[in-house]
Amino acid sequence: MEYEAIIGLEVHTQLLTETKIFCGCSTKFGAEPNSQTCPVCLGMPGVLPVLNKKVVEFAVLLGLATNCQIRRSNRFARKNYFYPDLPKGYQISQFEEPICENGYLEIETEQGKKRIGLIRIHMEEDAGKSVHDESYVEANETLIDLNRCGVPLLEIVSAPDIRSPQEAHAYLTQLRQLVRYLGISDGNMEEGSFRCDANISVRPVGQQKFGTRTELKNMNSFAHVQKALEYEIERQTELLKDGKSVEQQTLLWDADKNIAQPMRGKEESHDYRYFPEPDLVPVHIDVAWFDKIKQSLPELPQEKFERFLNQYQLPEYDVRLLTENREVADYFEKVAALFDDFKMISNWMLGEIARVLNEQKISINQLPLKPDKLADLLQAIRKKVVSTSAAKKVFDFLLSNDLSVEQAIEKLGLKQISDESEIEQFVERVIAQHPAEVESFKAGKTKVIGFLVGQVMKLSRGKANPQLVNQLLQKKLKA
Amino acid sequence: MQISDIQKAVRQQKASISRRVEEALKKIEQNSHLNAFTQVFADQARERAQQLEEQLSAGKNPGPLTGVIMAIKDNINIAGRRTTCASKILENFVSPFDATVIQRLREAGAIFIGKTNMDEFAMGSSSENSYFGSVKNPLNPDYVAGGSSGGSAVAVAIGACDAALGSETGGSIRQPASFTGLVGIKPTYGRVSRYGLVAYASSLDQIGVFARTVQDTAAILQIIAGHDEKDSTSAEVEVVDYATTINRDFKELKIGLPKQYFADGLDAEIREGILKITNELAKQGANVEEFDLPLTRYAIATYYIIATAEASSNLARYDGVRYGFRAPEVDDLQEMYASTRSKGFGKEVKRRILLGTYVLSAGYYDAYYKKAMQVRRLIKEELNNAFKKYDVIVTPTTPTTAFKLGEKISDPLTMYLMDIYTVTANLAGICAINLPAGKHSNGLPFGLQVMAPAFREERLFQLGATIERMQS
Ligand SMILES: [Zn+2]
Repeated sequence: MEYEAIIGLEVHTQLLTETKIFCGCSTKFGAEPNSQTCPVCLGMPGVLPVLNKKVVEFAVLLGLATNCQIRRSNRFARKNYFYPDLPKGYQISQFEEPICENGYLEIETEQGKKRIGLIRIHMEEDAGKSVHDESYVEANETLIDLNRCGVPLLEIVSAPDIRSPQEAHAYLTQLRQLVRYLGISDGNMEEGSFRCDANISVRPVGQQKFGTRTELKNMNSFAHVQKALEYEIERQTELLKDGKSVEQQTLLWDADKNIAQPMRGKEESHDYRYFPEPDLVPVHIDVAWFDKIKQSLPELPQEKFERFLNQYQLPEYDVRLLTENREVADYFEKVAALFDDFKMISNWMLGEIARVLNEQKISINQLPLKPDKLADLLQAIRKKVVSTSAAKKVFDFLLSNDLSVEQAIEKLGLKQISDESEIEQFVERVIAQHPAEVESFKAGKTKVIGFLVGQVMKLSRGKANPQLVNQLLQKKLKA
Repeated sequence: MQISDIQKAVRQQKASISRRVEEALKKIEQNSHLNAFTQVFADQARERAQQLEEQLSAGKNPGPLTGVIMAIKDNINIAGRRTTCASKILENFVSPFDATVIQRLREAGAIFIGKTNMDEFAMGSSSENSYFGSVKNPLNPDYVAGGSSGGSAVAVAIGACDAALGSETGGSIRQPASFTGLVGIKPTYGRVSRYGLVAYASSLDQIGVFARTVQDTAAILQIIAGHDEKDSTSAEVEVVDYATTINRDFKELKIGLPKQYFADGLDAEIREGILKITNELAKQGANVEEFDLPLTRYAIATYYIIATAEASSNLARYDGVRYGFRAPEVDDLQEMYASTRSKGFGKEVKRRILLGTYVLSAGYYDAYYKKAMQVRRLIKEELNNAFKKYDVIVTPTTPTTAFKLGEKISDPLTMYLMDIYTVTANLAGICAINLPAGKHSNGLPFGLQVMAPAFREERLFQLGATIERMQS
């Protein structure tokens, strides 16, 4: 019998607001423990939450970008449970009236495009962190860092529409790209600002009813998600094949051992006793506010992809890479506004620039070479001021030197020689030095011309215009 | 002395602020057996009095409450002072910040003489549920002062202050005001910022005022009322000038008397006393009419479901992790929670946390909490409809006068019924006031309650001032 997996993902993404969701504390990552706290996020007696409006705006942006219905009047609820990193003994979240519902995300699969439904997106506050690090604490002690407590989160709950680890990966990639495009989250899974839990069950192909599901937690990278899902699908499938049944439980992924282990029973059986948060009035998004948010919605990845295809007439492969990241696309467009050989820009961005970003592990915004300079450099190539190979040297030089393209070419002495009489001298010397090759050319082995061009280039220390070299060589040899 | 007289006297240097503080401290000392205070700020009050005097003699105006001595219920934060909520669990908790009301009163020139005793976390109707012992009624120390703001009532009644802040969730100001013969107001929900008030039941809690006269009550409310950006539930509704509206003619007010509030269970003498006043009002030209408020009978049940549900969540933060009492000698986290909360909370608080946890539990939520919220909406509608016909509603504040210490403490249901006439105003979020209405043959005072629509506190003062004049 064939089996298929039914997967639903719950993603928590930390928002890039300056301040926390219910107080004025900073959300900066990596500060001294408990330095970014105040009576409100510490849950002192007598404090009250005040909603950060930016969080609502970010939630609406993501809702619009994922085709959700936006609940213009929504409200917060308390999720009650005891934990040391949860100062109030409850988390302010949303329950019956989330801000976004019934959306979808379109992913690419081997069988083509597929829609993954989004059940809901809601706003909530993050909890703090328990520190068990031995360098801080003595045996049997736990320290609490509440810097993260109150950092805004969006929880994005997918429908059980995902059928394979590959689809899960595509969904996560798409979602992460989206939150980054919108500028609402950095989507960094390793640092914990983008977290994913999975609900998973397996059923025989053709069966309508869902099987018993398990919940998978503690997957800290895209790779872990895929591995964990593969592991769990196989485990459940084996159980069913053996005529056994799957037990409903929560499993924690152990990335070192590559296995999923059941969570202890006690921590699982929560009754969160949700009820509407009485300290906050319902969130009402009036028409003016809604329109303002809507207007700030940037061009989305798919729209950008299609526009690039049309506008720049580039191969799909190039466009896919150029629009993967909003900043990269912006960079491209800034260059394209100054220089109209789009394929040439693309080649440079996907070649030299991609290499540098990769080597230096920086984002394109941190690249010292700004778009206008790249445009100047490409212009110089086109005007034959430098050869392509020389231009690469100029490019590298400009990464660590704040000079204009012209100055850099000058400084490196790479100005291309396009003076025919000068090149002619090089050509004549090469012909004289390589009689054997000249002979074979004349005998019909025209491929040898490449070698001769190389020799001329070498002699000119790369500065000769290769096309001119080629022309002049052909002329002399055929003469 | 009335607040307006204090202002005149201190500005003309006919009264010394320092001397008034000394007198207040002496009253506290003389009445220490009533157990009204959890903390007395003698040195700070003296120092503050001196500062204010210096400012006055330097020609400065410290504000409209200059030298007004106030006592503060011990569930309202004053920066650098303990906020105990009369609980062992917060016995040594020092608040790092001022409540908004404290900040406003301070800026207006008030002096804080001390923090007052109360039912633990404001849960109770007699101020007997205090970790620091019961508060006693100054008119007869064998009787309760009412609750939960009993200490604040007593502080005003004994002259230890000019006015006091209390808090209400279901009658915690009006009922003790009634038991001690004072004016006590529960403002409209959202009228006064709750920032810095330790939450019991967030959707019902509201800070209010005790004073000896309607005018003084209005003078304090004037300062603390108004929107606060730190409290999202505080309303952006204008605060009218109470001093000018207080003297409007009462005859323009249509007064409704809900039959259900004068039915069985009400002490006959109290009924007579209240009706004597309403008859007098009618005689002087007011339009007084009886009407029905049938949903009143569901108010107590509704109240105890909503209040305990919210309390079970609001009090979850007292877990021994970050501040307050932590039980010693525990082996693990679960035991630390259990032991801390078992030892740190008193019996009534634990009862309400358990009740609240139960009504929010999966499978019970719809039957209790959700249903209660629906009934609450109906009660609110019923009242709003009544207010289409009547400008104010007049009722007794409590069914009886103060009861004996210990008399009802072991019978929570009877105790809960002491709030029967007051909880409706909290559920509906409207404003209400207690006015002294006379003395019972048992020697104890009783009160008359006036309710008005949301944000119409001036009507309470308007009618209150009239009744006050009739009484004197
Ligand atoms: Zn904070």
